[in-house]
Amino acid sequence: MTLLDRILGPRVSREEMQEHAGRYRLPTALFGGSALLLVLSIFLPYWVLTLKAPQFPDGLTIQAFVNRLEGDVVELEGLNHYVGLGSFDDGAVFERSIAIGAIIVLAGLLAAALLFHSRWVVLFTMPAILFPVGFVADLQWWLWRYGHNLDSSAPFAKAVGEFTPPIFGPAEIAQFDTLALPGPGFLLALLAAVMTGVGLWFHRKAYKPLVDELAGAE
Amino acid sequence: MPRRSAWRVGRSKLILGVGVVIAVMALIAAACSGDDGGGESSALGGSAADIAQARGLTEADISAALKTYVPSGQQDEYLIFSSGGHAGQVFVIGVPSMRLLKTIGVFTPEPWQGWGYGDQDTMEILEQGRVDGNDVLWADTHHPALSETDGDYDGEFVFINDKANARVAVIDLRDFETKQILKNPIAINDHGGTFVTPNTEWVIEGGQYATPNGWEYAPISEYESEYKGMVTFWKFDRSAGRIDADSSFAMELPPYWQDLCDAGKLVSEGWVFCNSFNTELATGSGDVGSGGEAFEAGASARDNDYMHVINLDKAVGVAASKGVDINGMTVIPLQASIDEGLLYFVPEPKSPHGVDITPGGEYMVISGKLDPHVTVYSFDKIQDAIAAQNWQPDQYGVPVLDFDSVLEAQVELGLGPLHTQFDGDGYAYTSLFLNSSVARWSLGPPYGDEWKLEGEIPVHYNIGHLVAAEGDTVDPDGRYLVALNKWSIDRFFPPGPLLPQNFQLIDITEAPEAAPDTAGMQLLYDMPIGVGEPHYAQMIKADKVLDHVWEVYPEIGWDPSTMSVDPNAPMAGNERVVRNGDTVEIWMTLVRSHYTPDRIEVKAGDRVIWHLTNIDTSKDATHGFSVPGYNINVSLEPGETATVEFDATMDGVFPFYCSEFCSALHLEMAGYFLVAPE
Repeated sequence: MTLLDRILGPRVSREEMQEHAGRYRLPTALFGGSALLLVLSIFLPYWVLTLKAPQFPDGLTIQAFVNRLEGDVVELEGLNHYVGLGSFDDGAVFERSIAIGAIIVLAGLLAAALLFHSRWVVLFTMPAILFPVGFVADLQWWLWRYGHNLDSSAPFAKAVGEFTPPIFGPAEIAQFDTLALPGPGFLLALLAAVMTGVGLWFHRKAYKPLVDELAGAE
Repeated sequence: MPRRSAWRVGRSKLILGVGVVIAVMALIAAACSGDDGGGESSALGGSAADIAQARGLTEADISAALKTYVPSGQQDEYLIFSSGGHAGQVFVIGVPSMRLLKTIGVFTPEPWQGWGYGDQDTMEILEQGRVDGNDVLWADTHHPALSETDGDYDGEFVFINDKANARVAVIDLRDFETKQILKNPIAINDHGGTFVTPNTEWVIEGGQYATPNGWEYAPISEYESEYKGMVTFWKFDRSAGRIDADSSFAMELPPYWQDLCDAGKLVSEGWVFCNSFNTELATGSGDVGSGGEAFEAGASARDNDYMHVINLDKAVGVAASKGVDINGMTVIPLQASIDEGLLYFVPEPKSPHGVDITPGGEYMVISGKLDPHVTVYSFDKIQDAIAAQNWQPDQYGVPVLDFDSVLEAQVELGLGPLHTQFDGDGYAYTSLFLNSSVARWSLGPPYGDEWKLEGEIPVHYNIGHLVAAEGDTVDPDGRYLVALNKWSIDRFFPPGPLLPQNFQLIDITEAPEAAPDTAGMQLLYDMPIGVGEPHYAQMIKADKVLDHVWEVYPEIGWDPSTMSVDPNAPMAGNERVVRNGDTVEIWMTLVRSHYTPDRIEVKAGDRVIWHLTNIDTSKDATHGFSVPGYNINVSLEPGETATVEFDATMDGVFPFYCSEFCSALHLEMAGYFLVAPE
């Protein structure tokens, strides 16, 4: 038994597959589905910020996709300069530049995970599980940075003062009531992470007996 | 003035209050049916009843207030586009609230919109209205015409004429700005405009006081031969949003004084109707003491004047083949119109005003101010009379159709009938100048059974035109009517001897039986107009305009004069100042709350070309640009670009600033224009 065989884990015999098809297809379906959800999430906003103020009766909305911002970006940039908030262009430049590639890699790892019937599968699935956590942590870091690096020469910098916009939930900044919510893209990524975790459990349930059997046979 | 201040109750509170009163009254009426409702103020409860009682409001007042009150945040159902009279502009008014929404700068400079105060595009449009090279910066705007599709308002454009100088303007309702002014090259004054054909192919401008063609000189003794009447058909290019002067033409008419016109529609589409007065060819009383007749007597001596019946469809071809060039305008000579069968006359009661076409296009309704009737002509009968050549020539050889053969009906309404509009229920409404009232009358078949007067409602005072909701289209809405009263006498506080005009809103939804005293009509509201004397107005469902209107320009760097992005517009990041010899060219952006750049230094005598773009894109984030001493004020609406050009003739330090309150740091939105002495 080569090292590669050990890492890839046992193959399922034709008879076993015919007898317990569901047992082996379930983790495959969960990993594959997660990969699809992740790719789909690229096209949907991850984070949605709405701002309301008396002179904006329809509110302002910013939709953060993994690689760009949409919505009332120009208007909000215009308002940000009063408070001294940095330009959106300068935020998370690295993250935005690699985001789409990184998500495709995550999905590719999940697809690759289908080949592994051993505990090594964890290596290929864990990034997808950790991705939403990483996204939230990174967003929080940037929000903190924005709120704590105000341009002191801005007209309202002192009046507003340093602050950290909440990553999710309501807040008040000057005359604005803001509400930050996870977007559908983030929810898909979260669902993918959960599905991948559940898939791991079924993966272990399906393949561990085979691995043990193989080890016993040696 | 303690008594007066006690009356000062907020209007919104009052109307909310009276709303409660009405509701409670309805409850009481329901509770004691059979009883007449009592109306004990103690039973009405609350402050609403107290307010109504304290202000002495009648039940009719309360219902009028409830019908016109539009709560904050809600919008009016209809818009009126009204001529601005001497203001030379167009007013936009909401109905039923009668709130003024905007005064659109047209022929006259208008500072708030930066109309004619340095913005080159606006200066050039105003220059299009020059007469023989001379600025004419006032106008007597008379008759606005909304663009139509299939005979119904489409909410895309408004046209307006200037009676005093025979000019026509085009306003685009995407941004409510004037795009074009045309000076009529053959006439010095007009009246019968603007009216549009059912698909706005043509904008009609009829003449008024006859003059020699092209405002040349001819002695008054040659009035009969050298003075001319006219009607001009301006070709409208809808896709360009402009009138195409080169494809337009005019018809020479006898020197009768043409008055109002209207385009036929549906069955009468392709024909145009104008009326006239002074078919007597009166030329005034002449020198003092000569014993001649004044115009008012001379021009109304005969019992009849002539309705002009014009075959526009046919005239288009004749203009191409037989038109002659006068001052650059193609004009069909009178003899050609007679020979080709383009022009017929129909006797009409003397000194008429409106010629108004019924919604289906079957009838032409004419009011002779000095005859108590409206006279209704049948289009079919006119066609029959033309086919049968049932006519006599007038003094110029124009066929005059036999009156009796084309008459459909005459309805006696009252004194001084002027102008008629229609609703969707078979009623017509005619202003009665001398009676100071609006008459409501029923149309005969196919609208109703009988041509008959239903009754009238007094208005205050001396009504000219009237306007009903979409009341001159193929599909009138009814609902509201506004009386455009010339005098207000005692209706408002007298602000000196020059009194405002009075727009009176009237509810015409009820049938005549609902209120026999006023034929079902109810007076709702008086709106003073203290800016000029409007003549005609049109009322359109607001939704139709809302479908087209922009709240911000579609892209940053938008040039309203071309309705496209100006490739030379300053944009964020490419602001700069370039000196080229004695010319200093500036590309400046405006955004809340700064100019970039905000300091400009030139030398006295330099030519300054100053490009500006408002790069804000929020609704209502308009910036101004004003330079003291140089008569410059520009309004830059979100996304708009404009250019100002001037010679820096005065040296000194000129703080320029944003003249439109834009933000919390609006006062700080300023800069210095420094002109160093030579």
